[in-house]
Amino acid sequence: MTTATLSPTPLSPQPLSKAALFEAQAVKAGARRNRLLSLPALIIIGIFGVLPLIIICVYSFLVAAPYGGVQWQFSTDAYLNFLFQRDIFDDTLQFTPDFLIIYLRSFLFAVVTTIICLLLGFPTAYFMATRPPAQRNWWVLLITIPFWSNLLVRTLAIMFIIRDEGLINDALLALGVIEKPITMLYTNFAIQLGLLYAFLPFMVLPLYSSLEKLDFRLVEAAYDLYATRRQVLWRVIIPLSKPGIIAGCLLVFIPALGAYVTPLILGGGVHLMIGDLIAQQFGSGRNWPLGCAQALILMAAVLVALFFYVRNTSGKVQHG
Amino acid sequence: MAEPRVMDIKDQPGFRSIAIICLLVLYIPVLILMIFSFNSGSLVTHWEGVTLNWYGSAFLNEEFHSAAKNTLIISVTATIVSTICATLAAIGMTRVKPWRGLAAAFMIINLPLMVPEIITAVATLSFFALIAGTLGLNFGIGNLIFAHTVFCIPFAYMPIRARLEDMDLTLEYAAADLYATPWNAFKRITLPLLVPGIMSGAALAFIVSFDDFTITQLVAGPGQTTLPLYIWNQIRRPMTPEINAISTILLLVSILFVSVSFLIARRRAK
Repeated sequence: MTTATLSPTPLSPQPLSKAALFEAQAVKAGARRNRLLSLPALIIIGIFGVLPLIIICVYSFLVAAPYGGVQWQFSTDAYLNFLFQRDIFDDTLQFTPDFLIIYLRSFLFAVVTTIICLLLGFPTAYFMATRPPAQRNWWVLLITIPFWSNLLVRTLAIMFIIRDEGLINDALLALGVIEKPITMLYTNFAIQLGLLYAFLPFMVLPLYSSLEKLDFRLVEAAYDLYATRRQVLWRVIIPLSKPGIIAGCLLVFIPALGAYVTPLILGGGVHLMIGDLIAQQFGSGRNWPLGCAQALILMAAVLVALFFYVRNTSGKVQHG
Repeated sequence: MAEPRVMDIKDQPGFRSIAIICLLVLYIPVLILMIFSFNSGSLVTHWEGVTLNWYGSAFLNEEFHSAAKNTLIISVTATIVSTICATLAAIGMTRVKPWRGLAAAFMIINLPLMVPEIITAVATLSFFALIAGTLGLNFGIGNLIFAHTVFCIPFAYMPIRARLEDMDLTLEYAAADLYATPWNAFKRITLPLLVPGIMSGAALAFIVSFDDFTITQLVAGPGQTTLPLYIWNQIRRPMTPEINAISTILLLVSILFVSVSFLIARRRAK
């Protein structure tokens, strides 16, 4: 259960019986006032977390000021500019898919990252969950450390390895496999590798907490009924760990879709992802409303993903 | 039966190799980065010999000092404020009769975890630009402290709440039966039992604040360079192993705090 406190998986709701048991006592002790204790946290997040989100919703309908910031004038240009560009001469709208391509590319990156992380993460998590308890704790710690380690530094580590003068090229040159260094940095490959490296632990930990609770009597029963190893894996273990798989995929997909550091360092500003595109509007682009609109479109994509998650998990509760 | 019964039913072929490969893939790049911080040559990728000079030059570097100072001011303040808020909120949301809006409050607390970092970053930037423009308010480095506190709260909240939910309520009932006032029961029973959760939460809050790059980069004003921002500035110049040395220090701080949080949580589980 150690991972429960370390991984940002959604918390399970408070057991009802406990709450019901405590209710009488809480009322008796006058603990109803306690709810006010949540106020400081709610106020801080409300002012510095929720209000800013409302502000970017408003900003996305304003006009960009020439040197960054906004002019208080209503306009839907930010959203129009997402798909169209206004012709300077005849003021007609022309379809320009530049932004859309970056969104689709980011989506593709995120999907590939999620799939490969799942293919690597599931066996890893399963192996961890089937170790003896003492060994298991070490494995969890070893996966937890990269989970919380500085992403910028970890991305830098990848950069050092795949540079033209990096370790991989040096080794291949020394072995005589290649004559010129292979350019890997600032390519799509670099971004994909960086995303996999960044988010693999995000897949393993939720999968592990789900597999750790697997009832192996069911596996035994399957073998007793002459199931093969493959059948046990696909028809027993994987279906039982579905909640963990969904949680892991979400924890990888959402941050991968909005990745900023990875493409910034490994894409070299050439291969943009949504995150860089948004940041650009607030920097050199000097178009805050457009940046806000792009951020909200990303948020909408995330909400869709979360919606599927909630629907899937609540469905699970009904069946089981 | 073709399959010998002595085989472990939990085994799946090939899973062990994949697990070991994953571990190697996760650690080798970082280990190489750490090893090169001891490189006596001035290139980050060609090995020449062992030295500690790069740590020396990092510690003598004025920019590194001010970045480290800023980082500590921001993370320590954000950790303290967010841990206090998170502890109060966790009590206010578990030790009460379920109140209307509890689910909404829970969502608000966890909101910073659900919104992609880059969106939080540009939203916070817009917010501070707006209050600076209309109200003339600028908290200086306080801007970064507020921004960090927001995303630290849910990280501190999770282990504290988990601890509160796992706690044996009979002790609190016993205290109430023995005529302890609610405050006394809290001070003498709940709080001491809650300390490991609070420590674990504080450790996590500190790491996420200490390591934050995205939000800090967009919100930071001039002269508010933190360690991750310092590293980013260095990447864009010709690099020396000094950057490996600083990166190694950052990694060691993360590893220390993760291990502390982990060990506290493990002791709890026993």
